[in-house]
Amino acid sequence: MSQNNGILIVGASQAGVQLASSLRELGYAAPVTIVGAERHAPYQRPPLSKGFLQGLVTAETLAYRTRDFYEKHNIDLVLSERIVSIDKGPDGAGVATAASGRRFAFDRLALTTGARPRKLQIDGAELEGVLYLRDADDAEDLKTRLERARNVVVVGGGFVGLEAAASARKLGKTVSVLEAAPRLIGRAVGEATSEFFLGAHRARGIDVTLDARIVRFTGDAQGRVAGVELEGGCTVPADVVLVGIGVVPRTELAEALGLACGNGIVVDEHSLASDGTTVVAGDCANLPNPLPREGAPERLRLESVNNAVEQARNAAVTITGTRVAYRMVPWFWSDQGDLKLQMAGLSAGHDQVVVRGTVSEEKFSVIYYRAGRVIAVDCINNPVDFMAVKTLLAKGLNVPAERAGDSGVPLKKLMADLEPAS
Amino acid sequence: MPKVTYTSAAGDVSVLDGNAGDSVMEIAVRNGLPGIVADCGGSLACSTCHVFVREEDLEVLEPMSDLEDEMLDGTTEERRYNSRLSCQLKLEGDVHVYVETPESQV
Repeated sequence: MSQNNGILIVGASQAGVQLASSLRELGYAAPVTIVGAERHAPYQRPPLSKGFLQGLVTAETLAYRTRDFYEKHNIDLVLSERIVSIDKGPDGAGVATAASGRRFAFDRLALTTGARPRKLQIDGAELEGVLYLRDADDAEDLKTRLERARNVVVVGGGFVGLEAAASARKLGKTVSVLEAAPRLIGRAVGEATSEFFLGAHRARGIDVTLDARIVRFTGDAQGRVAGVELEGGCTVPADVVLVGIGVVPRTELAEALGLACGNGIVVDEHSLASDGTTVVAGDCANLPNPLPREGAPERLRLESVNNAVEQARNAAVTITGTRVAYRMVPWFWSDQGDLKLQMAGLSAGHDQVVVRGTVSEEKFSVIYYRAGRVIAVDCINNPVDFMAVKTLLAKGLNVPAERAGDSGVPLKKLMADLEPAS
Repeated sequence: MPKVTYTSAAGDVSVLDGNAGDSVMEIAVRNGLPGIVADCGGSLACSTCHVFVREEDLEVLEPMSDLEDEMLDGTTEERRYNSRLSCQLKLEGDVHVYVETPESQV
């Protein structure tokens, strides 16, 4: 029976704030409470590895919303409280308890718990100066240590690792990137794009080792990290080590509630968990592919601002009554120093690649095809193509591979030529 | 302190105060103004903070970079002579600028 406790949003994240905002926009009148474990009001994470590390933006400017916003929209924002257990009845209502013992009653539960960095379990992992980068405190710590550091080693050549490496390089540090796979950003981009970033980062003075086999971190007498030992005995000196080897979704609360989990909290296309009442959004969700097609994974987890925002909006719609299947074109970006990478669509299962533009000029796009149709794009310093392909995918249009390589003609024009007259 | 007047496509007017150094996008987003989406948080990656700037305000704003110029070719609502991406419009001092938000950003 409802007691007008409203919705409890666990996780003061991008998805959590968006869910609260969207609920108010849609006219949801019951109480909205967001509970976050961090002491900071909800903030943007993407700049932490980029502008924030480089000193271009300050922590204050990262806040999503003013304090007034939460007050004005009657959103109760509770910080520094980590929810550790939840009791919930079959009607979806229940009580969540924080580590402090504080209790939060709710009629409806939302989980926007995000993800935590995957830890590297090797010898020396506990040494001082072995860092991870996920939240504002991590970034502050890394930034402070970078000021004093000369040699910086980044373990992991994915987005966070390369963004932080490029930032450290901009600060004048000696930077090494150690990647266990045979290519950079292998999880997110195709081979041509990986190859380009390898060359571009090396040309900017970052030492990149692929197929790196790390044995252990070595330390000094004070217990501080001093180096990274590789198979074969070579040791890369390090004053700071940043480990960026991916994230693990935070599913503990969902698992304890008995919700279906597996690489994230399993949700349907209305952002509902397996109990049919709890909504889930963002990095912690294992969702049906919002851009379904043959050859693409049926379910996946998306670690992106775009999904955090859009899925939270979908969850808000689900809560306020109507049900709309979640559909969108996944997109991602990564600023690595002066290199801007923008990706739209999912390239999994591609059978053809067209490179558009000039790689040596560091301004080009890699367009992925499957069975003659565009399915995804990686754009390097080339926002026009990114916007065009994002639109193309949203509208279900196509540009044939034999024409897409002609960078003299805008993709938008090629699309328009082929758009069926309505 | 900088001030911005936002007028939505439907004619709703909001007048918001910012801090020195804030962009027209940041002031809008922090106050939850619905007409500006700004998915990428201001890193010139998404073109969802498109605004039309009042003519006399155009010259007090920072000039457009090549990248912003290119991104404006990909906005949902077609660009006009006074189109800018509001994340690039950093405000200093006591300026008061007027912008209109398009009907749709995504």
